[in-house]
Amino acid sequence: MAEPTRPLPSLKELDTAPFWRATKQHQLQFQRCDDCGAVVFHPRAHCTSCLGRSLSWHVSKGLGTVYSYSVIRQSYHPFFKTNLPFAVAWIDLDEGPRILSNLSGVADPSRDVRIGQRVTVDWEDHDELAIPLFRPA
Amino acid sequence: MPSPKRDAAIVGIHEYPSRDVEGRVSPLQIKAECAARALADAGLGWKDVDALYDAGDGGMMSGLALAEYFGLHPNVIDTTMVGGSSYEFHAAHAKRDLAAGKARVALLSYGSTSHSNAWAIGVGARGGAGVPMPADNMEGFTGMTLVSNYAMVAHRHMHQYGTTSEQLAEIAVATRYHAMRNPEAVAAMQALEFLDIRETTIADVVGSRVIADPLHLLECCMISDGGGAVVIAIPEVVRDCKQRPVWILGSGEATGYPTNGGDFTTSAALQSGRSALGEAGVTPAEIDIAMIYDSFTITVLTILEDLGFCKKGEGGAWVEGGRLRFDRPGGPALNTDGGGLSSNHPGMRGIFLLIEATRQLRGHSTAQVKEARLAVAHGNGGMLGSRHCAGTVILGRD
Repeated sequence: MAEPTRPLPSLKELDTAPFWRATKQHQLQFQRCDDCGAVVFHPRAHCTSCLGRSLSWHVSKGLGTVYSYSVIRQSYHPFFKTNLPFAVAWIDLDEGPRILSNLSGVADPSRDVRIGQRVTVDWEDHDELAIPLFRPA
Repeated sequence: MPSPKRDAAIVGIHEYPSRDVEGRVSPLQIKAECAARALADAGLGWKDVDALYDAGDGGMMSGLALAEYFGLHPNVIDTTMVGGSSYEFHAAHAKRDLAAGKARVALLSYGSTSHSNAWAIGVGARGGAGVPMPADNMEGFTGMTLVSNYAMVAHRHMHQYGTTSEQLAEIAVATRYHAMRNPEAVAAMQALEFLDIRETTIADVVGSRVIADPLHLLECCMISDGGGAVVIAIPEVVRDCKQRPVWILGSGEATGYPTNGGDFTTSAALQSGRSALGEAGVTPAEIDIAMIYDSFTITVLTILEDLGFCKKGEGGAWVEGGRLRFDRPGGPALNTDGGGLSSNHPGMRGIFLLIEATRQLRGHSTAQVKEARLAVAHGNGGMLGSRHCAGTVILGRD
């Protein structure tokens, strides 16, 4: 049997596919509305602040701050149960988007992660895309 | 207290007593049995039902499938599905539909065999399953579990307001205190093989193993089988019913989801609660019974604040000292049936909030608050730490 793997995003979901395609080149992208300037994230084809339908893609520097996190100690997923414990976190990117991810590069997530911690993107490569994990900056 | 329009009342209830049907009963059978018993409780029959509410237990076209299964030809069908808060939405919609003259008797029902099916919900859950909606497609890779989703709200609440695990544990302790007085809750804990079935202390809760920091095992709801039904009727029908009516005085609905830079220590309950309390013309201080969806301790703490029982961020200190127990003054009695933490959680607990609130206002609870007059039932569907629905219903007796 094949080694269990992380569940990967679909490249067929039309709103989010451009985001995921850009990750292949290690670009962490987000959208701004051309009409009102609002940051739109998760990606969409429309602005949720004004009625605009013209959104531009921008590349984040990949720096952000941990808004909140949890250390997962129990999981029944075939991949994640072999990686316990691990941290899941909401991260506020400096450009505005709030993104959900995992913390990488921490020896003990119960001691080495805290709210307010500065983090930077840490790419995990896969065949068609890369996963934006975050490690302490 | 002002008297809002009494145009719809809960007249029949039933909660399925077993939490482990060992695969011998289907969810639809649970629904039908609960519906029949709730109608009997009211002194009504199938033929009286002309409005049907369902959260999709009947399959893809549950409004049709369930009408046929029950043998009904309803004038009103509502299949609003917003997870565990669905039944508060259904009660709100039933009041609206009955008040508009579209129907006379509304039937709500729920049936689930989550425990028998060993569905991956609650403590056993993993996130990221299902058809990829855009938001899911952004989050599924993280392995976020249901518990960790709520745990992130708890962490942020602690960070922002200094809330402690000991304060959160107060909620689990009060709920278990009530469960130990409810024979069905005790039987449920036995059926689900809880290890130590007794009243708990704060030390017990914070000493139980951590599932997802900072939430401990005893802060997480059970995964049971179960179901229930509620019958709601117009005043002309209420007069001839067997039970004392429990009037729906106000309701509110709201959604909450991640916003860039937003504060997720405040939930959609702020919006739904304002609407419900405003319509009912009551203040939190007047409420005797708080039936609040206790998927986890943090769910209750957040919602108590959002409904206005105390100020945002002060919930931790406010729940200290057993304030939420049915036999203590100074606050509403919380989840007097034992809650999802210690009595019944088959996945969508919202219907039990209406049922136990009705028992209290009839004077029939196993942890009865003397002279209970007003109750709030607040359902939370989805996940508090990402996207969720809030349904608030204010209930009162004559």
